[in-house]
Parts: sequence; C-alpha cells; structure tokens
Amino acid sequence: MYEWGRRRIKYESELDPAFCQTLIEKTGNDSIRNCIQCGTCSSTCPVSLYMDFTPRRLVAMAREGFHDEVLHSFTPWICASCYSCTVECPKEVKITETMYAIKQMAMDKGVHPARFPVPVLAREFYHQVKANGRTNEGRLITQLFLKTNPFKLIKQSKIGMKLFFSGRLDVIPQKIKNITQLRTLLKAVNGNGGGRAHS
Amino acid sequence: MSNNGNGRTNGSPRIGVYICHCGINIAAKVDVERVTRFAETLPGVVVSKEYKFMCSDPGQELIQKDIREHDLNRIVVASCSPLMHEETFRKATANAGLNPFYFQMANIREHVSWVTKDKDLGTEKAKALVAGAVRRVSLHQALEKKRVDVHPDVLIVGGGIAGIHAALTIANSGRKVLLVEREPTIGGHMAMFDKTFPTLDCAACILTPKMSQVKDHPNITLWSYSEVTKVDGFAGNFTIQVTRKPRYVNEDECVGCMLCIDSCVYKQARVDDEFNQGLSKRKPIYIPFPQATPPVVVIDPETCMQLSKGKCKQLCAEACEKHAIDFNQKEEVIEVQAGAIILATGFKTFNPMRIPEYGYGRYLNVYTSLEVERLVNASGPTGGEVVLRDGSKPKSIAIIHCVGSRDHKTNKYCSRVCCMYSLKLAHLMKERSNAEVYNFYIDMRTPGKGYEEFYDKLLEEGTHFIRGRVAEVTDWALTDAEEGKMIVRVEDTLVGMPRRIPVDMVILSVGLEAQPDADDVRRLFGVSCSKQGWFTERHPKLAPVSTATDGVFLAGACQGPKDIPDTVAQAGAAAAEALAMIDKGFVELEPNTAFIDEEVCSGCKSCIPMCPYTAIKRDDEKKVAVINEALCKGCGTCVATCPSGAAQQNLFLDEQIYEEIEGVLNYV
Amino acid sequence: MTYLYYPGCSLKGTGKAYDESLLAVMKKLGVEQQEIDDWNCCGATAYMAVDQDRAYALASRNLALAEAQGRPNGKPVEVLTPCNACYLVLLKAQKRLEEDALGKRKLAGALESAGLNYEGKVSVRHPLDIFVNELGLDALKEKTVNPLNGLKVACYYGCQIVRPYSTFDDQYDPVAMDQVLEAMGAETLKWPLKTRCCGGSMTGTIPEVGMRLSFIILKEAKKRGADVIATACPLCQFNLECYQNEMREEFGEAVDIPVVYFSQLMGKAMGLSDRELGMQRLFVPFAVPAASK
Ligand SMILES: Cc1cc2nc3c(=O)[nH]c(=O)nc-3n(C[C@H](O)[C@H](O)[C@H](O)COP(=O)(O)OP(=O)(O)OC[C@H]3O[C@@H](n4cnc5c(N)ncnc54)[C@H](O)[C@@H]3O)c2cc1C
Ligand code: SF4
Ligand code: SF4
Ligand code: SF4
Ligand code: SF4
Ligand code: SF4
Ligand code: SF4
Repeated sequence: MYEWGRRRIKYESELDPAFCQTLIEKTGNDSIRNCIQCGTCSSTCPVSLYMDFTPRRLVAMAREGFHDEVLHSFTPWICASCYSCTVECPKEVKITETMYAIKQMAMDKGVHPARFPVPVLAREFYHQVKANGRTNEGRLITQLFLKTNPFKLIKQSKIGMKLFFSGRLDVIPQKIKNITQLRTLLKAVNGNGGGRAHS
Repeated sequence: MSNNGNGRTNGSPRIGVYICHCGINIAAKVDVERVTRFAETLPGVVVSKEYKFMCSDPGQELIQKDIREHDLNRIVVASCSPLMHEETFRKATANAGLNPFYFQMANIREHVSWVTKDKDLGTEKAKALVAGAVRRVSLHQALEKKRVDVHPDVLIVGGGIAGIHAALTIANSGRKVLLVEREPTIGGHMAMFDKTFPTLDCAACILTPKMSQVKDHPNITLWSYSEVTKVDGFAGNFTIQVTRKPRYVNEDECVGCMLCIDSCVYKQARVDDEFNQGLSKRKPIYIPFPQATPPVVVIDPETCMQLSKGKCKQLCAEACEKHAIDFNQKEEVIEVQAGAIILATGFKTFNPMRIPEYGYGRYLNVYTSLEVERLVNASGPTGGEVVLRDGSKPKSIAIIHCVGSRDHKTNKYCSRVCCMYSLKLAHLMKERSNAEVYNFYIDMRTPGKGYEEFYDKLLEEGTHFIRGRVAEVTDWALTDAEEGKMIVRVEDTLVGMPRRIPVDMVILSVGLEAQPDADDVRRLFGVSCSKQGWFTERHPKLAPVSTATDGVFLAGACQGPKDIPDTVAQAGAAAAEALAMIDKGFVELEPNTAFIDEEVCSGCKSCIPMCPYTAIKRDDEKKVAVINEALCKGCGTCVATCPSGAAQQNLFLDEQIYEEIEGVLNYV
Repeated sequence: MTYLYYPGCSLKGTGKAYDESLLAVMKKLGVEQQEIDDWNCCGATAYMAVDQDRAYALASRNLALAEAQGRPNGKPVEVLTPCNACYLVLLKAQKRLEEDALGKRKLAGALESAGLNYEGKVSVRHPLDIFVNELGLDALKEKTVNPLNGLKVACYYGCQIVRPYSTFDDQYDPVAMDQVLEAMGAETLKWPLKTRCCGGSMTGTIPEVGMRLSFIILKEAKKRGADVIATACPLCQFNLECYQNEMREEFGEAVDIPVVYFSQLMGKAMGLSDRELGMQRLFVPFAVPAASK
C-alpha cells in the first residue's frame, strides 16, 4: 500500500555488494549473473501472481544487493518448487535453486515470516525425519496447523477423517531400523544454520 | 633443393631481433626490455631492439635501417601472429634488399601475453620462443614466390539479394560471372517480402528490376536449379563442378506463358506451395511466383503423374506451343573455371516447432513471420488481405520477438533483423486489418539509419509494446473474454506484473539460422564456419568479406544475420575484392611446396596415394617420386609419410624445425 | 533385471493406492522388484528449504543403500521411484554428486562416518520411463484384456517428473503416460496443463493459493471432456482429488471428476480387481464405464 511521505529511493550505502556472491556460493553456480530481465520466469510461474516481487524482480534485487528486501520477501516462501522458471529461462538461470538459497539464508538469520506455514512445515518435516527417518503426513499437517492457524485444523479434519477411513492415513509413524546410522550421518554433515539453529 | 634467391646468404648469420610492445597488448604481460637484453646474448645476434609498434612505418624502417647499417642477413620479429603481420615484415625485409624468407616471426601476443596472467612466466616463455626463432632463422634459405595467372571469371553461389548485387557489380565492370542458384528462381528471401523496413518501399519494385538485369546481362550466366558439387584448384584457378537438376522444361524454349500449368491434368492445385510457405497450393508443374527469374516453369517429379507413375495424358506438353517440355531431361554435370568465388548462400529461418510453448503447429492461427510476409503480400496467397487459416479476420494480434534467438536452448545470438521486421509487420498488420497489435520484446534493437525513427512512428500509431518474453501461448481460458482465443502469458516487466492477453493471431518473429547444409558447403569451398554454421570471415573488422581461403569471399547473411542494406554493402565489398584480385592478373603462391631428395628416395611409392592433391608421380626411369610443384599445396602429408626422409618441404625443413625446438628447449 | 523399489513416505500413507496398484501391475507384467531395505525419507522439497546439505545426505543414504543391496549380483542398479518429488530429489542429489566436487567430498565424508559409501553406480528411473522405454508399448498391448476403449483420460504429469533433470520426456509437453494409456485403448486429451503445478505442499500451507492451482487443472480437464484424470504422483493425486469439496465451497463451482493413478487404469485394462488396485481408497469413486469396454 502507498504510504504518504515514505521515501522510495535506494542509496548505494544501503546495499550489500557481497550479497550476490553469497547467493552464488550457496547455489554453487553463478547463472544469476546471466539474467537479462526478460520476465519468462515470472510469466511461466504458476504462483507469481501471489508474490510480493515477481521472480524476475527478486533476481534483479538480489544481484544488486537489496539484501533486506530479498530476505524479507514472501516470494521464496510462495515458490512451489515447480521448476518451470528454471527450464524456461532463456539464460539458464537456476531460479528455483536461488529461491532455496534465499529461504535458507532467511531462516539462518531468523528473518523468515513468522507463523507463516511454509517455514513451519519445513521445520516440522526436519524434526520428524530426525526422529524417525521417515515422515508421517497426518502428523505433519496436524503440527502445521497447531503452530500456525488452529482454526484451519478443524476445517482440514474432515479430509483427515476421510483419509483415515479409506486407509490412507498412518496413525503410527513408521520408523527405520537403523536410525542411529541416519542420525550419525546427519550429524556428520556440516549443515548450514537452518539445521543448527533448530536442532 | 631450392634456388638461392636474390639475398645475401654467404657468410655467417648476422641476426637482428625486434621485440614489439603492441602498445600494452604485449608489454603488460611480457617484460619486453628483459627479452630484448636476453636476445642480445644469443649467438649470431648483432642487434636486438624493442619498439612500441613494430608494424608501423617507423617500426619497419628500424629494421631496414639496421639491415643496411649492420649488414644484417637474418631478421626475427617477436610480436603478433604471423597471420597478422608476417607479410608486412617479409616485405620490409625485402625492401632492404634481403630475400624475404630470411625472416622469422615469434608469436608472443596470441601465444603469450593474451593467454597468461603472470608477467614473469610470460617473459620467460617469450624468451624461449625468441631463442627458438633465432636458431631457426640461421638455417633459413632464400626462396622465391611463384606467380600464377588468374582466371578472369567469377563464380557466385546463391542468388539472393547478396548474390544478385555482387553479380551485377562484377558484370558491369566487364568481367564474366556465373551465378549458381539452388532454387528454380533467384531472389532469395527478399522476393517473399511485401515491404522492407525502414522505408517501407515495396520489395518487388526494387528487387525485380535487378532480377531481370541479371537475366539479360551479357556478362552473367545464370544457372538456377543447380548446385556446386566439387571445387578443385586454388585462388585464381578454381575448377568447379556444377550439377544442374532436370526441371523437365527446356530453358531455352520456355517463354513463361504458363499455358502448360493451366492445362495440367490436375485441375486443382494440390501441392503445398513452398514459396508461399504452404499457405497456398500449386500444381506439379509450376512457377514459384510471377516474376520468377528465369521465367521458366519447372516440373516437380514427386507429384507429376508422368514422372512419378510413368503415366499421364501429358496435357502440359500438348499445350506448350514451344514444345519446351521434355520428360527425358537428365541431371547434367558441368565443369567450369573461375578465378574467384563469392559465397552468398544466405540463411534459413528458425523452426518454431522446437519451442512447443509457443503453440506453432498446435494452434492454427500461430504463424511465423515469414508466413506473414506472404500473407500481407499483394501477390501472396490472399492478395494481401489478412485472412487467417480458419477464414476469420483477426481483431487482436500478438507479435513475439526473439523466437529462437537470445536463448541458450536454441540460439544464443541476437538475430539482428527481427526487432525491425517485427515493427514492419506490426505496421502492416495494423494498416491492413485495423487490429490491436501487441509487440512482446525483451529489448528493442533498432540501431541503423532511420530505424529508431521507425520505432517512434510505430509508437505514435498506438501499437502496444510490452517488455517481456512470452512464456506460453495457450488456450486455457480463465475469463469469458479469453474463451475461444489464444492467450499470451507474459510478465509486463516494466509494470512488474504477470499479464494474460487474449488474441486471435500470433506471429512468431523467428530468428535467422545458418543454412542446414552450411557445414557441407564450407567443406566444399575450404572455408571455416562458426559453431552455429555462419561462415567465418578472415578478420571480423579488417577483412570482413575475405575468408581464410584466398580467392573465396563472403556476401550477405551466410556470414551472419544482417538486413538488406548491410547485405548489399557487403556484396559490393565482396565484388570489389574479387575484382581487385582478378585485375591484378596473377597470384603469388607461398613457396612452401614439398620436394623429393632424389638421392635419398627409395622409390617406395608410400607418398603417392597419401597426397590429397595427387601432386606426386613416380619417375619410372629414375625410380624416384616426383612432385608437381604447381599442384602441391604444402600440406606436408608426404613429408610425414616418407619412411626414408626423402620428402621435404620448403619453409619447414627438418633441420629448421629441430633447430627451433632445440632453441626453445635449451632455454627452458 | 530386478529393480530396487523406492516407494517414499507418501506411498505408505496417502498414496497407498499408488503403491498397491503399481506393484500389482508390475507383477502382472513380469517386472521384478525388491524394496530397498530400511530406506529413509528422500529429503524432499520442504527439507531442502531448511538444510540443503542434510537433504542431500538423506537422499545419498538411499542411493548408498540401493547400491549396496543391488550390486552383489554384479548388474547395474536401477532404482524405481514412483513419487515425483522423490524422483526429483534423488536425481538432484546425483547431479550434485556428479557436478560439485566440493559437495561430493563433503557428502562422501559424512556417508563414511555413518559406515556408508556411494560410488555413483545407481540410475534413478520413473515407472513411466520403464514402461515406455524398457518394456515397450507392444508388451503393454499384449497384456491388455479389457481395453479402455472410449475412455477419455486427461494425463496429468505434474511438475517434478520432467523438470528439471529428467530426460526421458519433453519438459513442456510430455507424452509417456499418454502413450501407455493409449496402448491400452484409452483416448487421451491434448491439453496444455499436463505439467502445470498442482500447488504441491501449498495446498496444505497456503490453501487459498494451492487449491486454486488444482482447481484450474480440474476445471480445464472437465471442460475438455475428460472422464478421468490420471496422475503419476501421490501429492498431485491428493491435491486434485481430496479437496474437491473444499474447492466447491471456495470457488462456488463444482469440479467433481475422478482422479486416479495411471497404474490403476493400467490395472483395470489388465483385468486386475478393484481391491488389488486400491480403488476403494478413492474419495471420488471411479469405475471404467461399461460403454468403454
Ligand atoms: C521475416 C523476415 C523479414 C525481413 N524483412 C526485412 C526488411 O524488411 N528489410 C531488410 O532490410 N531486411 C529484412 N530481412 C532480412 C533479409 O531477409 C536479409 O537481409 C536478406 O535476405 C539477406 O540476403 P542474402 O542474399 O544474404 O540471403 P537469402 O535471401 O537467404 O538468399 C540466399 C540465396 O542462396 C540460395 N542458396 C542457398 N544455399 C545454396 C547453395 N548451396 N547453392 C546455391 N544456392 C544456394 C538460396 O536458395 C537463396 O536464393 C527480413 C528477414 C526475415 C526473416
Ligand atoms: S527468465 Fe531468466 S533471464 Fe528472464 S528474467 Fe527470469 S531469470 Fe532473468
Ligand atoms: S519454481 Fe517457484 S518461482 Fe519458479 S516457477 Fe515454480 S513456483 Fe514459480
Ligand atoms: S606488429 Fe603485431 S604485435 Fe606489434 S604492434 Fe603490430 S599488431 Fe601489435
Ligand atoms: S505430365 Fe501430367 S501431371 Fe505432369 S505436369 Fe504434365 S499434365 Fe501435369
Ligand atoms: S533483433 Fe530483436 S527480436 Fe531479433 S533477436 Fe535481437 S532482440 Fe530479439
Ligand atoms: S605437401 Fe601435401 S600437397 Fe604437397 S606433395 Fe606433399 S602431400 Fe601432396
């Protein structure tokens, strides 16, 4: 929304010139530098209409070091990882990977949107895997709504019941046999902050 | 062995070494001073100097002055690639009275300074190369270039606007031209257009007069429906084999009255018309378009009853008053001579089926730009009226730029003409159909005289310009207005929002690609081409119409995408280069031919079948191999083949090469 | 060739019918399989967002297990992965191991400390790839006893089966599933939404957005006269099928249309029973119409 009196200008001193390089290192390739701002990504994206910045704009801002705007943007959290942008981009920019990298950086810095379901789901997922080696969809969804919007849980419960009665909901979580091995493996990986901050 | 030339060869070598800075091209990565001081210490070196630009006049004079003052008899210049300036320095050497082949060049630019980051390493490598060159030059011998007369005719391959313009330029100077065109008519792509940007002059009005000049010019022989199938020889003396496909119509008799076409047993035209991009039909006997040159009909053997089934009433032949139709015509292979060759084979357009997202071939009303050129053409399939394939008239039209260009999955390069022709088509479509026209572009590229002004004009006309590359042309409707339409999904990047725009017609501004047979053609003529198939010029700035093969020149879009003004300018340049070569009357050949040391040759004949130019024969009396110097191209194959070391090559004698290697290795 | 079967978490839960029908169909076709022992979660999309390196580690453990269990017979190891998301993640991990030397070293070290080792000898395949390119359409035709004549199917591939790594089909307009079902007598729809995203996990996280994506797909398939939508991914199937009531409430328009797994349709054509194919688990019941027999 437009706010009277809020300045809309960027001073060079407010930008983070190293931001793009950080992203490049995280994604392991520098394709983001090839972007020609053609907008193919934004137009092929099935959810760009819900984003605060279209993927193209996010790429432009990331490249120029608009650190705060990028990390606070909802765009990466709305990204459904459908890879349309990645395969359609004429310059082979790895946009989906960039979205992942931004999400990780936002979680590392703790600036991801609070109570927003996507990061909550991601973290819940992480905990389940660490505990059991596998995930359980029923519990995933329950936890998700408990932590974000308990009212939705009631709405979703109808579907939950139906799933249960058609035998599509495992109530008892599956657990792998060699969970010690899995935990050793996860511990051995020098993961990034997302893991560290919440384990 | 080779003769002794006119230089001073006697006495021990007195070598002059010159190290070039090339501004900072070399000096930034090579310590020129150190290399110069180093060269002084090498045996035989009398003077060693450095200079900023050796190829400049003062640079060359430096060498000449030293030759005279210090009585030098060998010269080494360490600078750029021999391809660049070997000739320059050989001439400078010769001008001071020395045989030009007492010169050797060391490449410390392309081989050193341009490919290193470390100045110390660069300097060391430069020293090693200079040491090698100094040792090699001591063994150089005086050689003489051979002169060969030039055949005065020119062969031009491809009869688009490039080939036409080059042919007329040369013919008007009084020289003879053979123009070989693969299709039944000349004219190329330009013949398909209605108007041309940016002036919107009528393509036919400016092209067809030139086409008939070609036909009538006494100095031009036009062979259409023909292809070059073999090329032998060298600059000044090419022997060319041309294969003429049978058109089943006697070209000398046919007057283009087209009575035969009317009377063909096919009452309806049923075959896709290639010239109209399949937008209309033709009969088995046809003429591509009314102004076709030569104005001679052609029979397509695949669909003609007589030629495909062997049975027909042959009403065409009956109708022809000149008795021009000849079902027994056979393919003809003819050999011709020419001194110079101009390649003008043009381009083809990108096939948009390779981008299924754009719906070509799936949605009836998605067109390529070339199809639309025919559609708006007054002599096209609809007489210039904009009627779609489904019979309707469009109320809204999308023109999508950069289809098959600037895209890593298809072609990385920009096709250079499509922004401008998209503007032209936008104008024509609006004029003819009064539809809303949307141009979807990534960047608007209008560099050229009057081009930006043309863009201004389109803006004034109220054409929509949306900056965004279209992701998809589709037909899933989300609103009532979209029902039954094609929907263009795009981000309006200047607004920063995705948009869906329903349209009745989509025009794909397809890019320009090299001809699919470019690789075969380049082999035939011994020129090189880029990875994308564009023929490579000798130098992108300074020799844009020459090729690495002497006597073969380039004109038009076969060298890279370009518009008509640039094509014509280049065709003129190619014609001038060819004429310059022919009018000189002779060419000089590098004296790098092979020879046989008769003492050593055992007559084993190993070399004879290896020579790609059949230059070697056996002298049965002397029982040794003999090389015909006129045929030898200096490829060196025989030298490498000969088991006894009898085959040797001037400029590349074994001792010279070993000496150079030792010079380099001794230093390292 | 015995394929090593990697079902993934969803096929043991909401996608149970995919598991059941696929195994039944493969048995009938004589495709041998053996489930990877003690497999773990693939490291899916959500995990990637939190910790990329650990997500790769999860995927690599599965690959390492497969290699160890499949190699003894000396043959190349082929892992059969029916879930789109698992398929993508396993391919992605492999790609990373191939292309990123540093990432590879990091992962190799972690695997070693857990007593595992991966040499890169596994190839990850989707069942559609196997049916079309290994078994061949003729073999499918041969096993067809109740051809799906007259049944109009909208094949829906979802995104991650062909994007971005897979090479067995076109990324915009894939045809493998169409070919399989056509071979068994069905008629398939030419439509532009085959690979448009169904919303993925968004139907759970931001239902307003996710549901609309699914709604668009359902509506378009219906509009074009499809009798049924065939899917190749448990999440797609779940999104497209289970929210149909909610969609009616949200968008005020009924989009009721059965959504099944392509393997269930194959099973029907091959004469397998509804139980064997898990048909009873569908929210929107589906039976091959009598007319189509
Ligand atoms: C849709 C479209 C619209 C355009 N509009 C304009 C415009 O308005 N204004 C403008 O300035 N430019 C325009 N251009 C660009 C213009 O077409 C080119 O600049 C021009 O055609 C180049 O001429 P050319 O003779 O080099 O090649 P071409 O026109 O392609 O001619 C090549 C000729 O060589 C023949 N040939 C090919 N291979 C062989 C062979 N092996 N042996 C014998 N013959 C061979 C071909 O049959 C053809 O006749 C447009 C291009 C397109 C695609
Ligand atoms: S599609 Fe690629 S080049 Fe175009 S704006 Fe998006 S990232 Fe940039
Ligand atoms: S991967 Fe994300 S950003 Fe890219 S098209 Fe899909 S949803 Fe949009
Ligand atoms: S001789 Fe070669 S290296 Fe020296 S200035 Fe001329 S171009 Fe440059
Ligand atoms: S021979 Fe018959 S089919 Fe062929 S061009 Fe003549 S009339 Fe037509
Ligand atoms: S000229 Fe214009 S339309 Fe053609 S490739 Fe270049 S930018 Fe694209
Ligand atoms: S150098 Fe080449 S062309 Fe000359 S004779 Fe030997 S093989 Fe033949």
